[in-house]
Amino acid sequence: MSYTVTTQTSASRVAAIAGAIGIVVLIALPFFAGRGTIQDMFFILTMLVLAQFWNLLAGYGGLVSIGQQAFVGMGAYAMFGVVILMGFDPVPSILLGGVAALIVAVPTAFFAFRLNGAYFAIGTWVIAEVVRLLVAQWKTLGGGTGTSLPRDATRDMWFVELIQDMLGVRSAAARDILAYWLALILALATIGGIYWLLRTRRGLALAAVRDNTEAAKSVGVDAGRMKWIVFLTSAFGTGLAGALIYMQKARISPDAAFSVTDWTAYVIFIVVIGGIGTIEGPILGVLVFFALQSLLADFGSWYLMTLGVLAIVIMLVAPRGLWGLVSERTGLHLFPIRRTLSGGKLTSSED
Amino acid sequence: MIWVDTLLQGILLGGLYALFASGLSLVFGIMRLVNLAHGDLIVMAAYLILVLVTLLGLSPFVAVLTAMPVMFGIGWGLQKFLLNRTLEDDILPPLLVTFGLSIALQNALLEGFSADSQRLPTNALTTASVDVGPIALGVMPLLTFASAVLVIVGLNQLFYRTELGRAFRATSDDATTASLMGIKPANIFATATGIALVIVTIAALYLGLRANFDPNIGPARLIYAFEAVIIGGLGSLWGTLLGGIIIGVAQTVGAAINPEWQILAGHVAFLIVLLVRPRGLFPRAND
Repeated sequence: MSYTVTTQTSASRVAAIAGAIGIVVLIALPFFAGRGTIQDMFFILTMLVLAQFWNLLAGYGGLVSIGQQAFVGMGAYAMFGVVILMGFDPVPSILLGGVAALIVAVPTAFFAFRLNGAYFAIGTWVIAEVVRLLVAQWKTLGGGTGTSLPRDATRDMWFVELIQDMLGVRSAAARDILAYWLALILALATIGGIYWLLRTRRGLALAAVRDNTEAAKSVGVDAGRMKWIVFLTSAFGTGLAGALIYMQKARISPDAAFSVTDWTAYVIFIVVIGGIGTIEGPILGVLVFFALQSLLADFGSWYLMTLGVLAIVIMLVAPRGLWGLVSERTGLHLFPIRRTLSGGKLTSSED
Repeated sequence: MIWVDTLLQGILLGGLYALFASGLSLVFGIMRLVNLAHGDLIVMAAYLILVLVTLLGLSPFVAVLTAMPVMFGIGWGLQKFLLNRTLEDDILPPLLVTFGLSIALQNALLEGFSADSQRLPTNALTTASVDVGPIALGVMPLLTFASAVLVIVGLNQLFYRTELGRAFRATSDDATTASLMGIKPANIFATATGIALVIVTIAALYLGLRANFDPNIGPARLIYAFEAVIIGGLGSLWGTLLGGIIIGVAQTVGAAINPEWQILAGHVAFLIVLLVRPRGLFPRAND
């Protein structure tokens, strides 16, 4: 009698096929879509990456951080730093942005892990403020007013000429397409990586820590270590996203790069509205967020007020977000991590 | 002598931060709730005082007395109808709800009052100073500091001398057992937040009299308040005053060295305390 343990469901197989088709369409998008669409998609994909990493932190790791802007800003500034001061190409410098965020994350975690729960949240915020104020002192990168990427660095960027020839577009449009493709790679790698992590032993340990830290510890899970892994991974990914976002913007200032609204509040709203603690949630959330933004962008502060109120209502009425409602009703999981036992027959011990 | 002056100004500034922090400390002490909208509520109270001053032509000191019951009501309702629903073991709901509230409140104020910075009208009293030897101390900073001390003395009296205070302490220790004794935790929590917002109103008065304010400055006040609470140790009100003083002194000393370092110095002082005494200077026995 053989048993098999599977995590796949028929829904997830359908989702995988649909996802594969979707990915092909997204890769080919620049061949038929206009520049505006590409820029919108770039925004959606980078916000999705930030949301997935915040979700990994808060939804799976139980670490509610309000200081993710530290890693966005640090990644972006490190990228600008090596491009401006050392003449690197912006594209590979994105990786250095991620590394810089990772380096900043080590002392951040050291301080913030001394605080629990809600105090951890504000602690990360304080540290992000400290990083912002320190970066604003960095006069060679423009201090408080910020700076731009040098013109020749953006013109001679890797792959730009190739894309120009291949698609017959101008250099500025080619840079947007390059940024879009990089964002697509980053988003797919993020979703794939997080899904992989959650299905490994570490993922199981992480879920155990989230559900009950004490119980998880009692069966031998090193909860402290899991927190470090999750925090550092999120910082690295957030740093990469930050560097990529500012490669596309080509202009940076401390107030923008370390903005708590743009890089943490929006991200939290995306995850909460979509559904915290699931991979599907942030994907749904970012689409809702983008739709709301397109509808309400002209109303300025009304828009943010609506988001704030919506987040409160969702947290009270449906704490697992929109995706939570969907999966409760239908039992649908597009990225299943639950292990199900099948095959064979369960027999009682008397037989 | 200039250093003594800087130090004294810092200590007095600490009084303002202690006022920001006392409400936060009170709410955390009783229901373990961290209100991320605390800073924005301070700013909201400042606008309320401003409205009363401009519409009714009241003096700010009279307006604050009128604003207090209003803010108490807002705090009571906020806790009773919104925040009480989030008080469970999970830390996510209260954090995310108060964060949403913070963003919503900031933008509501922005919509109602625009981003222009405002100030409460000042008179001779608010700009006066007294000479202590060779040092001139502003009457406003002295009043602020005195108010902070009074608020903390008052809260301690309330906590340890009154029936309500006993109910506060009992609910804080064990809400279930307290409710067996006829206490309604939901109402106790609502009253606590109401009182916290009365303190917020006092803090808002001095915020508005001493400097300009606009709808966006809330989060920074929350951060100073939070730092003061953590430095002092969770649940200790006198610790919160000391925490405020440490942040205030660090900021004025930092600013004396280089004006750009003012805010940074405060944060660094906080991080140093966190490094040396992670539970603050006067931590409660169990938490």
